[in-house]
Amino acid sequence: MIARRIVPCLDVRDGRVVKGVNFSGLCDVSDPVELARRYAQGGADELVFYDITASVEGRALFTDILRGVASTIFIPLTVGGGIRELADFERALTCGADKVSVNSGAIERPALIGEAARRYGSQCVVLSVDAKRVDGRYCVFAKGGRVDTGIDLLEWVRRGVGDGAGELVVNSIDTDGVKRGFDLPMLRAVCEVSPVPVIASGGAGCAQDFVELFRALPGVTAGLAASIFHYGEVEIAQLKQTLADSGVSVRIV
Amino acid sequence: MIAVIDYGVGNLFSLKSSLAAIGAQAETTGDPEALARADKLVLPGVGAFGDAREKLAQTGLDAAILSQAERGKPILGICLGMQLLFDGSEEFGFHAGLGLIPGRVRAMRPVVPPQLKVPHIGWNALRIVRPHPLLQNTREGDCVYFVHSYYATDCERHTLATAEYGAELTAAVARGNVMGCQFHPEKSGDVGLGILRAFCAIG
Repeated sequence: MIARRIVPCLDVRDGRVVKGVNFSGLCDVSDPVELARRYAQGGADELVFYDITASVEGRALFTDILRGVASTIFIPLTVGGGIRELADFERALTCGADKVSVNSGAIERPALIGEAARRYGSQCVVLSVDAKRVDGRYCVFAKGGRVDTGIDLLEWVRRGVGDGAGELVVNSIDTDGVKRGFDLPMLRAVCEVSPVPVIASGGAGCAQDFVELFRALPGVTAGLAASIFHYGEVEIAQLKQTLADSGVSVRIV
Repeated sequence: MIAVIDYGVGNLFSLKSSLAAIGAQAETTGDPEALARADKLVLPGVGAFGDAREKLAQTGLDAAILSQAERGKPILGICLGMQLLFDGSEEFGFHAGLGLIPGRVRAMRPVVPPQLKVPHIGWNALRIVRPHPLLQNTREGDCVYFVHSYYATDCERHTLATAEYGAELTAAVARGNVMGCQFHPEKSGDVGLGILRAFCAIG
């Protein structure tokens, strides 16, 4: 049986890991390489590494950090933040990333998804979406969740997968940082239209939130979170034991 | 010295780093003559079978691999590199492989239940069907990382381990000095490093 994945997310700014609550009030947490190592030892199944300010300031990816992580940690690594062209994919992949996550770059130029999938394969292309309820529907937000694009989430997801995205990260702005559980209705809606794996993001506050996520939504293959892991509120090893005890198939290290 | 065969397919950063992490001397090379000097070969690969096979032919690396295999040098194929060891693949038409291990590579979709997504991406548990030095550090149920849409079949005699994904998928194979794993040991944490260590200890 394939294991459901636990994916800590490292939002990086100026070489440090940060986590915003509702995307604002950023505060410094830890050294990315050290944190990544700690997570991998605890049993993280994959790491996602976002340069969160890149989409605003156009900053280059932090390739040194990426190389440092990829040369010491041997689990899948996804990189995102400021990915706008194939050269950005190339740079991330040659520094040890396995997958590259596109968000604002794909909104600005949707053809990027197809170009990247043809060049590197769909397994490399992750479409990451920040979405929020607006007037009773789910809307896609750009620029780190700050700008409402007016694009319908489900249409965007269908199109992205059709163009070759191999995986989706769905981050609910409504639940992000609130720590009262994942946005199950939004995720369920995405799972219904997505033939590719869906990674849930935004809202995890405790181990039970992951149990509920995986029990409620068989289409969700992974749960992503940041602050609860950074601050040690949830230990990954303990979380995985809780999931295993609840009958969820996970990798125990 | 281990030669990691570079034929322009896929990204070798993690493979090189993981070999360095276990203290193996490895050199990335696309030079057929360098394969003769190496003690062991690793054949990586990501992408489509036909393209990869063509690149091996264009560079003359296919003949070099075959001649080193003949001489008994340990060879480890990884992911597409493992698939290339077989007689052939049905990915986008039929393409002949290196023919070092009897068997064929076929699309997974027809054998995997519709509710499961293809590609098979993620951590899956190994079922060990045959003990082998390559798996000397591996236990039944250890999880390794897979990313693939095609799988090797008709190779039961040489199968070392499988993974269950609605169907029993070939995960590791060996025929004499020629070995392969469908999963990525360089992305499979300590279990994966253990497999690379076991490969380094062979021969």
